[in-house]
Parts: sequence; C-alpha cells; structure tokens
Amino acid sequence: MAKKKPKLAVWKFASCDGCQLSLLDCEDELLALAEEIEIANFPEASRAFIKGPYDLSLVEGSITTPHDAERIHKIRRSSKFLVTIGACATAGGIQALRNFKDVNEFISIVYANPSYIDTLQKSTAIADHVRVDFELRGCPINKAQLLEVISAYLNKRKPVTPAHSVCMDCKRKGIVCVMVSKGDPCLGPVTHAGCDALCPSYNRGCFGCYGPKEIPNTSALSKEFKRLGKTNEEIKLAFRSFNGYAEPFRKESEAHEE
Amino acid sequence: MDKPSVIDKEDLNKLIAKLNQQGYKTIGPTIRGEAIVYDRISSIEDLPEGWTDEQGPGHYRIKKRNDKALFGFNVSPHSWKQFLHPPEKKLWTAEKNGSSFKIIPEELENPKFAFIGVRSCELHAIAIQDKVFIQGPHIDSVYQINRKDLFTVAVNCGQAGGTCFCVSMQTGPKVNSEFDLALTEVLEKDKHYFVVETGSDRAQSIIENLDLRTAENQELKIAEEIIDNTAQNMGRFLDTEGIKETLFENLEHPRWEEVANRCLSCANCTMACPTCFCSTVEDVTDITGDHAERWQKWDSCFTMDFTYIHGGHVRNSTKSQYRQWMTHKLASWIDQFDSSGCVGCGRCITWCPVGIDLTEEVAAIRKSDKTKIDNI
Ligand code: SF4
Ligand code: SF4
Ligand code: SF4
Repeated sequence: MAKKKPKLAVWKFASCDGCQLSLLDCEDELLALAEEIEIANFPEASRAFIKGPYDLSLVEGSITTPHDAERIHKIRRSSKFLVTIGACATAGGIQALRNFKDVNEFISIVYANPSYIDTLQKSTAIADHVRVDFELRGCPINKAQLLEVISAYLNKRKPVTPAHSVCMDCKRKGIVCVMVSKGDPCLGPVTHAGCDALCPSYNRGCFGCYGPKEIPNTSALSKEFKRLGKTNEEIKLAFRSFNGYAEPFRKESEAHEE
Repeated sequence: MDKPSVIDKEDLNKLIAKLNQQGYKTIGPTIRGEAIVYDRISSIEDLPEGWTDEQGPGHYRIKKRNDKALFGFNVSPHSWKQFLHPPEKKLWTAEKNGSSFKIIPEELENPKFAFIGVRSCELHAIAIQDKVFIQGPHIDSVYQINRKDLFTVAVNCGQAGGTCFCVSMQTGPKVNSEFDLALTEVLEKDKHYFVVETGSDRAQSIIENLDLRTAENQELKIAEEIIDNTAQNMGRFLDTEGIKETLFENLEHPRWEEVANRCLSCANCTMACPTCFCSTVEDVTDITGDHAERWQKWDSCFTMDFTYIHGGHVRNSTKSQYRQWMTHKLASWIDQFDSSGCVGCGRCITWCPVGIDLTEEVAAIRKSDKTKIDNI
C-alpha cells in the first residue's frame, strides 16, 4: 500500500515573502520534498489549492489587520502542526516598528483616503494569537534550517536549531571577533544562532536578524556598546530592527529612549 | 640532549622546508585581517615579522613593532585546539537498507601537523587535552590521529601579553614540558638569531642536517635573561594557593551574582580556551530519511542545552553557568585530571566581549572569602 503523504500548506500574513521564497530556493531538494509531502497550498509556487486539514502548516508574516487576526485561527484549526517562519511571524517583523508609535498618525499622513484603511494598532507575532508548535527564526530564515525543520518533522525527530549565541558559530568558524579586535558593536552575544555567523564572516557586527537567544543579557551588551562610544540613540536603534518587538530587544531599546 | 645551537633567520626557512619535505603540514602564526592567527605557512615570509599584539580584557589590536621580530607577540585568538580537536566533525553516516540501516564510519587521515611557534602555555594545554582525549579509557579517534605525529617547534616568550599569567599557573614562559624544538628569539642591534634547544630524537636528526653552530655561553645567557624578563612582566596574576578549597567553600558568594550581571553567556571564553573540550553530537537526516549523519561540534557549559535532561535544565541561569565554568576550570579539574584546567594563556579574558577577567573574579572572592569572614 502506498503510504499517504502528509499535507503541507504555506500561509502568508504581513510579510515580504522572503521566507517562503527560501522554500522555493531549495531547488535541489524541492523534488525530493515533493516526493515525501503533498504541497497543498503554496501560492508563491502554484495556484493549486487542496482543502484542509493540513498536517504541517508553515506560517509567514505577522498579524496586522482584524481580518488576519481571524484568519490565523481558521488556519490553526485546520493544521495539526503549525510552524512559524521568520522574524515577522515570530516577533512582529520590521513592521512592528509602528508599535512604538501611533499608527493613526501614519495613516493620516500616508493615505489619501484614510477611511479605507482597516488596521490594528500593533503588528504582532503569530504566537500572540494562536498556539504555535515550533518557531523558526531569522530575517530571512536560513533555507538549510527550513529543510532541517521539515526533515525533522517527516522523520519524527527534534529539529537541530540551537538557541545559543551567534558567537558560538562565529568562534567555531575561526572568525576573529570584530567587537574585540576592532571595537565594532556586534549583537552576536545576545542573538539566536542560525545564520552561521554571516555578518562577522564578512567582518562586520551582527544585526540581530535571528532575534534574542536564550537568556540574553542585553543590558550588559548595551553597557559595552556605551564603552565603545555608542550613544543611547544608536543603542536604541541597534535593538529596534527586524526583531525589535521581541520582548528582550523591545525592553532594551525602550531603556535607551531619551 | 646536546648543548643548544644557534639558528639564524635564513636557516629557519630551511627548517620549515625540511619539515615540509618530510611530509609535515606546517602551521604557524600569520596575519589575517586584523589579527595574528594560526594557519598554513610555507616560509618565514608568512610569519608576522615586525608585528605585535596588544591584549587586554575584551581588547585585541595588532601593532607595528620597531624591530623585525618574527615572534614578537603572544597567543593567537584561536588556539591550536582548532587543528587537533576540530570545531565540527562528521563522525559517521548511516544509509537505510530496507528495514535496517548501515553505518559508514568516516575515514580518518593523519594530517601530520608541525606547529611552528607554540608557546609554553599552549604546550601545557595540549598535554591537558591529551589526558582528556587519548590517555583515559575513552579515546577520541579524531584527536588521536591529528595528534599522532604532531611536531612542535616551541617558542619561549620574549614578552608577556597583557592578559598572560603563565607564571601563576607554572606553565611558562620557559618551555618546560614535552617539545621537539624550542626557540628563543634574540634581537640585538645588528644581530637577529634564535637559540634552539632540541627535545626529541626526530628533532635532533633534523637539526643535525641543518649544520648549525653550537651556542656560546654568552648567547645562552642573553636568552635566559629574555625569558626571565618575560616572567617578571606578566600581565596578570592568579593566586592559586588553596584555590580549590576557596572556590568550593564560596559557592554562594555574592560575587557569582555580580559576574552574572555582566556575563553574556555567549560562550566565547570556552570556545577560545585551549583546554575546554566539551562537545555535543547532532544527528541529522535528509528529507527522505534514507540518509543520516552524526556530527560532533564544540559545545559550551554556557548553553542551556548543555544540561538539558528529562524535566528541564540543570543550570538555567548565567550565575550557575559561570560558576560551573570557573569552578571546573580552577578547582574540580584538579580532582578529575590531577592539574588545573587553566594554563594562564589569557584568551578567555581577551576574547570576552565584555572583558570579564577570571583572575579578577578569583581575587574578588578571596577578598571577601565568606568562610574566612565568618570565622572572624
Ligand atoms: S564578532 Fe560578534 S558574533 Fe562573533 S564572537 Fe564577536 S561578538 Fe560574537
Ligand atoms: S581559562 Fe582562560 S586563561 Fe585559562 S587556559 Fe582557558 S582561556 Fe587560557
Ligand atoms: S565570561 Fe565573557 S566570554 Fe564567557 S560567556 Fe560570559 S560574557 Fe561570554
């Protein structure tokens, strides 16, 4: 008897599509993936749509509208295993910068007809709305890690996506620390690994694309940034980017508001 | 062994060539980016001639010297551990075979390393890892093969770095453990030479081939003075007297909380340390599940996964992680391996992004030693 393939669906909320595209980018592995899993919904790849329920849902993007806040509940109800992918889905994304301001002010400045706009005050992570089974970090996610999560799901094992610092990968790669050797501020010591220390590999500090690591000591790192001559404003901006609304980063940027 | 000889700069090139001829892969200090790192070298041209390093807590810069010293700096960011105990290695592959599977071990190859410019503290660190990996009941086969033919050209330090404290740990600056060749670099007004001691038969036969002259007493004296001067100018000091008891008696000292407020639990100290040996294993499969791999990677007591067992993490705060790291290194290591786990190379101090200094932490605990104060 042919084994029944699990059904995979990819869902999009407020996002740039970069994370879903990482899946399309898995060119070599895509055929193998299609052998093992039925792609039931993946608008970036195909118009075909197969009705739920779904075994594995990958959710990209944050919740920014009342309509999406409802839609995510429907998706949760039709998904056995729900994985959020990327900084938007796991932390609210770059669009969560509006959470620090009044969104109505933006609307009145940007749109000719503000009354057409139906939006929430804040851009929030999927986990703020529904139960999430696994979060894959990154802006964008690393395609090797995405394949790892899917392989782990298919083979019923725990994915290997460690929550330690970027520094560990940086040292394992034999990179000379940019903070110690050049005095360049680097978010690596408080940032979740996953990018394989991409920026330090190119001789620059980490931007924190993968969000806070386990037990991140952001205030100790800020003190070091100060010692390196950074202003409160610069420290605030360093923590307030793609993952600026992830709690440890949010609190750290707020502590440097003047 | 015979009386030390004298080798000049040019003959040093012949030595490297000789080692290459004998099939050794020569690794030594060389400039990459803005640091002096250990990498492949093929002649003295690759050495950081005229450069030094400036090291302090959380601080490293390379600077021009006003002479042409070849070894006028201290230890590199990444220790020799990267070659003997590589940061990531595949242990085996497994292929599915119907309902069973087949394990295919990795083929190991002897790299035949010759390390040029190993410092005394680093030789001690290698000896410590030998104890862990190849002298106990469980042999690490990758380390074993990498270590097998290792040829060491050691260097007696002509200066101490800002974070060095080998004198406190009795691991330097003069090479005093197993080595093949040991050089002392001498720079005088118009002379630049190395006094070379021989520590093994295989080194002796190489040296004989180079046709060197015997060192004069005056030259030996100058070399000794250089090393003495280094010993008197250590960047740091660690009081090791009764250190095991002191640390064990102060496990609830408030200093642990204070250091945890500064510590990032980033693990840089453990990655940079030449004696830290912990690894984790990661099992991965491909999409089909027909192919699996087991990888070994450097791990650290500063990660949560390190102590994850059924029911949760044993050490789930930075305070307990830092305390584990330091008490293992300086205290329980003594019970486990009959020596300190620290050789005083200073890397954990230099490469800590926030400049936490273990010598300062020990001194702070001693200063307000709880047991001593309670007894007053
Ligand atoms: S460069 Fe950044 S990521 Fe790498 S060790 Fe230094 S602080 Fe950590
Ligand atoms: S604990 Fe620090 S000083 Fe001691 S051997 Fe390790 S890195 Fe060097
Ligand atoms: S002591 Fe320094 S290098 Fe070590 S984990 Fe703490 S902050 Fe990182």
